Amino acid sequence: MSEPLLAVDGLSRSFGKLVVLSKLDLRVESGGIHAIIGPNGAGKTTFFNLVTGALRPDGGHIRFGGSEIGDLPSYRRTALGICRTFQNIRLFGSMTVLENVLLGLHCRTHGGLLSPLLGVPFRRPQTEVSARERAEEILELVGLAGNAWRPAIELPYGEQRRLEIARALASAPQLLLLDEPSAGMNTQETIELEALIEQVNRRGVTILLIEHKMSLVMKLSQVVTVLNFGQKIAEGAPRAIQRDARVIEAYLGAE
Amino acid sequence: MLSDHTVSILIFAGIDVIMALSFYLPASAGQLSAGQGGFMALGAYTAAYLTVQHGTPFPLALAAGGLVGGLVGLAVGFPALRLRGLYLVLVTFGFGEMVRVLFLNAPAFGGPAGFAGIPPATTIWHVLGLLIVLVYFFTRLSGSRMGRAFAALRDDEAAAEAMGVNSTYVKLAAFAAGGVIAGLGGALYAHYTLFIDPEAFGVGRSLFVMLYAVFGGLASFWGAVVGAAILSVLPELLRWVKDWREILYGLLVLAMMLVRPQGLLDATVLARFSLRGERAAARG
Repeated sequence: MSEPLLAVDGLSRSFGKLVVLSKLDLRVESGGIHAIIGPNGAGKTTFFNLVTGALRPDGGHIRFGGSEIGDLPSYRRTALGICRTFQNIRLFGSMTVLENVLLGLHCRTHGGLLSPLLGVPFRRPQTEVSARERAEEILELVGLAGNAWRPAIELPYGEQRRLEIARALASAPQLLLLDEPSAGMNTQETIELEALIEQVNRRGVTILLIEHKMSLVMKLSQVVTVLNFGQKIAEGAPRAIQRDARVIEAYLGAE
Repeated sequence: MLSDHTVSILIFAGIDVIMALSFYLPASAGQLSAGQGGFMALGAYTAAYLTVQHGTPFPLALAAGGLVGGLVGLAVGFPALRLRGLYLVLVTFGFGEMVRVLFLNAPAFGGPAGFAGIPPATTIWHVLGLLIVLVYFFTRLSGSRMGRAFAALRDDEAAAEAMGVNSTYVKLAAFAAGGVIAGLGGALYAHYTLFIDPEAFGVGRSLFVMLYAVFGGLASFWGAVVGAAILSVLPELLRWVKDWREILYGLLVLAMMLVRPQGLLDATVLARFSLRGERAAARG
């Protein structure tokens, strides 16, 4: 079997006395869509925070593409090809739609603090021109072309979620972490989101997704991991997971 | 031609604009500094010491003032990595006071008696020249990779990091660049007033610099430019009220902040004059 894209071993994290994640092992194979489900407080978002470097683990290893990344700061992990969206939308409020995507290109472009003084006066630098072209392509992909110059926070809720995906895609991730992408979406918006996730996946981006809407999980994912109280209680194909006694118990409570 | 008095008002206003921009730069990355007077002092004393004691040519002394301001800005940036909001304001305030007390107790720089005999070198053209460079820089910064990284850091630091922004680097760069600008402002100031003492760069200076930028509005660097220009010239325009001048000045600032807490130039005004330039250009 080939090397998994993301391999997590014995990952643990506590907040004070509360153990949020306990010795978690998880493999994400390259190229697929992998879902993580579980009741609230199961440790799903904490897991994302550990993989992206927003939090440090108490113990365990995180390997990405075969190399250990557990000690790297967030921005280095983004450069290596891991990017995420947030459960509670966190767009840059002072920026336009396009600027949000351009910020996502930060680690794929160059230019320091002095570069505004260099280059031909009154002409946009070539790096900036090509960055804008790239950003507009991505906006096209997520269906937000034509909104480029609107302030990001003026977008309707569902479109803000798409913009978060666009911003993350701009960093050219190999692994995209989506934290409840369909939260707050109506049925129509959810169907469009499913199509978008599939389209992104077909472009070769491996997707790891936290989701509560089981219809979306069943339709999109090849592998489902179920967390409960910081531990993995089941893993497998979506159909098998749906019938798993431990999963039903975690969701419905034991008799 | 302009009278000497008018030129002097313009030079001081220009230096105030430069100082307000030195505050705006780190502020645009979410780093509030209440110690810009300290960087100004470092630039002023460095440049003045060089021209007086070593006969260094003015342009070199000016550059040295900016360099020292930048290096110290970098050093001050390190504690800033761990601090936010009010705590950062207090630490930078402490830094400004430290610099003032340092020069107060440094006989080589005249101590409390001040440092005199600085050769006249700053002209309106030096001030205007630096302002043009700064306006050009800030105009282009807003549509650049680093300018966006600044704004991202101010909006949401954790999200910026998750999107690949090295916040350590960006914060240090912002503080250092703010230090360079303030150092240059101080060097220009010293070679115009020809006499400097530590009190010229104390808390009052740092707070006025902050007031200029906030009064003008932090949505764009134009806010710092317009705010500093107006508040710097205002005392001259209020001469006719004689003794009531400072009270009226204070009342005007207070009234303004009550009516427009977001500052003179907010997003609406900026859009009307398309002062952000970028958006208007791309629409057209």
